[in-house]
Amino acid sequence: MSMPGPEVAIEVEGLSKKFGDHVVVDNLTMRVRKGQIYGFLGPNGSGKTTTIRMLCGLLTPDAGRGTCLGLDILTKAREIRQHVGYMTQKFSLYTDLSVRENLEFVARLYSVPHPEDAAQEAIKRLGLEGRGKQLAGDLSGGWKQRLALGACILPSPQLLLLDEPTAGVDPQARREFWAQIHDLAADGLTVLVSTHYMDEAERCHEIAYIAYGHLLAQGTVAEVIAGSGLVTYVVEATREAHTPGATLAAIGKALADDPAVAMVAPFGVSLHVSGHDAAALEAAISPHRTEAGVVWRQETATLEDVFIDLMQRSKDNMS
Amino acid sequence: MSAATEVSGFVRRVTAMVRKEFIQLRRDRVTFATMIMIPLLQLVLFGYAINTTPRHLPTAVFVHENTGASRAILAALKNTAFFTIDHEPQSEAEAEYLVRSGKVLFLVEIPAGFERSLRRGETPQLLVAADATDPVAAGNALSSLSGIVTTALKRERFVDEAGSQPFEIVQHRRYNPAGTSQLNIVPGLLGTILTMTMLIFTALSVTREIERGTMESLLSMPIHPVEIMLGKIIPYVAVGIFQGVLILGAGMLLFDVPLEGSLALLSLATLLFITANLATGYTFSTLAQNQLQAVQMTFMYFLPNILLSGFMFPFAGMPVWAQWLSETFPLTHYLRMVRGILLKGASFADLQTDFLVLIGLMLAAMAIAVARFRQTLD
Ligand SMILES: Nc1ncnc2c1ncn2[C@@H]1O[C@H](COP(=O)(O)OP(=O)(O)O)[C@@H](O)[C@H]1O
Ligand SMILES: [Mg+2]
Repeated sequence: MSMPGPEVAIEVEGLSKKFGDHVVVDNLTMRVRKGQIYGFLGPNGSGKTTTIRMLCGLLTPDAGRGTCLGLDILTKAREIRQHVGYMTQKFSLYTDLSVRENLEFVARLYSVPHPEDAAQEAIKRLGLEGRGKQLAGDLSGGWKQRLALGACILPSPQLLLLDEPTAGVDPQARREFWAQIHDLAADGLTVLVSTHYMDEAERCHEIAYIAYGHLLAQGTVAEVIAGSGLVTYVVEATREAHTPGATLAAIGKALADDPAVAMVAPFGVSLHVSGHDAAALEAAISPHRTEAGVVWRQETATLEDVFIDLMQRSKDNMS
Repeated sequence: MSAATEVSGFVRRVTAMVRKEFIQLRRDRVTFATMIMIPLLQLVLFGYAINTTPRHLPTAVFVHENTGASRAILAALKNTAFFTIDHEPQSEAEAEYLVRSGKVLFLVEIPAGFERSLRRGETPQLLVAADATDPVAAGNALSSLSGIVTTALKRERFVDEAGSQPFEIVQHRRYNPAGTSQLNIVPGLLGTILTMTMLIFTALSVTREIERGTMESLLSMPIHPVEIMLGKIIPYVAVGIFQGVLILGAGMLLFDVPLEGSLALLSLATLLFITANLATGYTFSTLAQNQLQAVQMTFMYFLPNILLSGFMFPFAGMPVWAQWLSETFPLTHYLRMVRGILLKGASFADLQTDFLVLIGLMLAAMAIAVARFRQTLD
């Protein structure tokens, strides 16, 4: 791999991390361009947090190399920290300090000039006016998340590492949060954000999907879907069906064990049936296409279809 | 980056840390209360022990002459609740045996010719041998003895009502050649209370951040382990000074502890001692996995400190290996310094070695702490 150009914010190669005998991140290679919002997706325990911690020098990789903002993650952790804002998965500001005290503390550690003013400005920007004196521990989940993000961006970092920032936050707050992320990216900030919400993946410029420590797919949402080679049919129960649930369940049951069918997933009054070989899949479903009370149509696979398929295949490969 | 900005950044980060710790300390009501309550409670407890008038101390009176004066003294001693006169030995050997075997704590000896000397105004001697292994008891009883005897002799008109003390008490403290008195308790208490509170405060500091999850944030920010350590130690130096002033002030007010030496020297010794203990506690904090372990380590360390430093048992009486071990405790050196300065007016030159060793111990603890501080979550 060539030296990262100035347009690259994160570039890692062959990154691995074990805890005991448990390989948590395995030979991970990825590249994030500057100014991008990069989604880091994967089920729980897949190694997202571990990877982010390695990027900011909180964990030492067992193998591999990489740079963050052009600085070596193995030797330049201290410089990296000066320019990276890391929002931990669990709220990790001081619950016994007030909102203002937390922000001032962060500002001072980063040698931000006039820390009191900087904290005051951040409070205003975050819409936390009137809550400056409130203890951080007394804030609700959504406000805590806002404060944590505010603390991260206070020292004007060049790269944000956000670890499941919207977990447990209501949809309205999530939407506002993403609007803010896009504003920051528009100003040139690079954002790496881990999540397991599919709708959030669609808000990213690029995504990476990681399961069981393996990076399984990477690219724009469209690229990832196209790259999966997944063909999906949607079976929908019509209004004439007397028992739409039973009809769909019967079809799903009949197809689930067919080798041409990679996965069957129910969605309300419809069923997604996907496979990798278009011809074989068509052959498999043809007996059911004439059944009464249902209509069939081919559709592009959703990101969720792709991820579930990727995860199942990687599980099969591992066992 | 220039050296000047490096230094100003260092100062700024340490100050930020100190500020944060102070705010947290102020909000932590329980810890705050403990800080004031521990010294006060201990002082009152021990102070009560010091003030407890010893009662019914087993005493032998060896009377060499059967005169009115000796009978008056004997009667007066029997009449007070301080002493219980169990024995009136008839020979030197018997008297000696009673003290050595611990059957009595005091031996009062009225020599032959006491009354005659008294009448002639010759200030005769009253011999008192005290088993001073219990210095508190011995000290109090001895000081009350002269009053009791004087009152008795005046009442019986052996001496003038207005005259000065007509006799001399010759004390012979045994088994405690240093002549330890109750004044020793306050300096000792100063050292042990500071050791305990300082150790506990910093021992919890790093593990608490790990357990609360705040360490992950802290480590991801540009702060150096040395800065974190200083930021966590400095606020408690202030707390330690506050406690020291509290204990010494109360000791001087309530128990008349003197200050023979220099206050500046005492302050310097105390400051060093406080920092050495904070650094030791902080080291435990970096070694322990959680707060419980940190507390356990602290107590493992605190117990030998109490037992071997000379606080509870005379240092000179310990085997050589124990003496060497206790030389590694800041408390051992501090007790020597504080006793020396308060009670004996010792100067810096007298205590030079203890100062140097204390500085060495402090730096060693800090070096271990910085080396052991985990900068990653591995
Ligand atoms: N410090 C650690 N020690 C041992 N195992 C760990 C540690 N941190 C994480 N793990 C394990 O590594 C796996 C991946 O964890 P993590 O990176 O937190 O995943 P994610 O963030 O994707 O949910 C999990 O199985 C977790 O139990
Ligand atoms: Mg995680």
